[in-house]
Amino acid sequence: MSVLVFAGASQFAAVGYVLGGFSWLGVVVLTAFINARHLLYGAALAPYLADRPRPLRAVMAHLLTDEAFALSFAHFRRIGRGDVAGYWLGAIGSTFIPWNVATLAGVTIGGSIPDPNRFGLDVIFPAAMGGLAVGLILGRRELVAAVTGAIAGVAVSLAWDPAAGIVAGGLLGPLAGMAARTDGGGRTLEGPGDEPGADQSAGDEPDPDRPEADDPEAGLP
Amino acid sequence: MSTALVPLAVLMGLVTYPWRALPLLVPGMHRLPAGVRLYLRLVGPAVLASLAAVNTTVVLDAQRHPSFHVGWEWLAVALCVAIVALRRNLFLGLVVAVAAIALLRAAGVAPLP
Repeated sequence: MSVLVFAGASQFAAVGYVLGGFSWLGVVVLTAFINARHLLYGAALAPYLADRPRPLRAVMAHLLTDEAFALSFAHFRRIGRGDVAGYWLGAIGSTFIPWNVATLAGVTIGGSIPDPNRFGLDVIFPAAMGGLAVGLILGRRELVAAVTGAIAGVAVSLAWDPAAGIVAGGLLGPLAGMAARTDGGGRTLEGPGDEPGADQSAGDEPDPDRPEADDPEAGLP
Repeated sequence: MSTALVPLAVLMGLVTYPWRALPLLVPGMHRLPAGVRLYLRLVGPAVLASLAAVNTTVVLDAQRHPSFHVGWEWLAVALCVAIVALRRNLFLGLVVAVAAIALLRAAGVAPLP
């Protein structure tokens, strides 16, 4: 499952559903729902990879995860273009191999660990997602999008379902971010080919305090 | 090791792949209007923050009913976020977060959600 699906949240949910005796149809529908957010990731990365061969993009798509997206998107934005080698490094080196090695380790020796959560392993995922989000915040718009996404995500999760909450956060957060006034707080690097600092959207002023103004590595986790 | 769930994994993979592949394979995605590109640029922080917040504050019972959770996990995640914001070091943030919650649980302060 870790090789074929390669999507942690839906895998955890599927295990719970299978153990709970749910039908396969229910598990498959839930999986499609939970992983719908990847549509947004693919759309965000697409402009950077448009000039790559289609078969290559088809393979890259299978390895698109939360982590691979965060690492490669930050990297692409920093250098102002797509970078296939950088994508593989984030998607395979940092995610696919460790995820599957850890899955194999869990299958073979996991049973000997009485309660992994005792060691705080359950906080790794939310902490990593929070940290990766911080790495993508370069100005007020990203900050507003992140805060709104978090609030909307929790609200919809409590009212309906966490999978819906995450998608809602991903849809509503950017709308709030777009509506936010930057007041000098945001760089607006729009896409591939744009030079850092060369593109300010209407009403934006350059912000000398933004981290990447003097630190080319800022923005990467 | 049982292979009974392999067909299920295949089906799960089949419904996941289109979400990932469609935007990358559909022509014209690189010629989007500026407003759409700005929206897509903000998707990353929004989804990742949503994932972090939901996985920290929402727990599901056996019937998958969600409820709001207040616990020391908030502190651990906040520590990680603060370290990344201040030091730009995700690995250090994760180590501190895990160590903090493990110590609190060992001390009996932070029960599992």
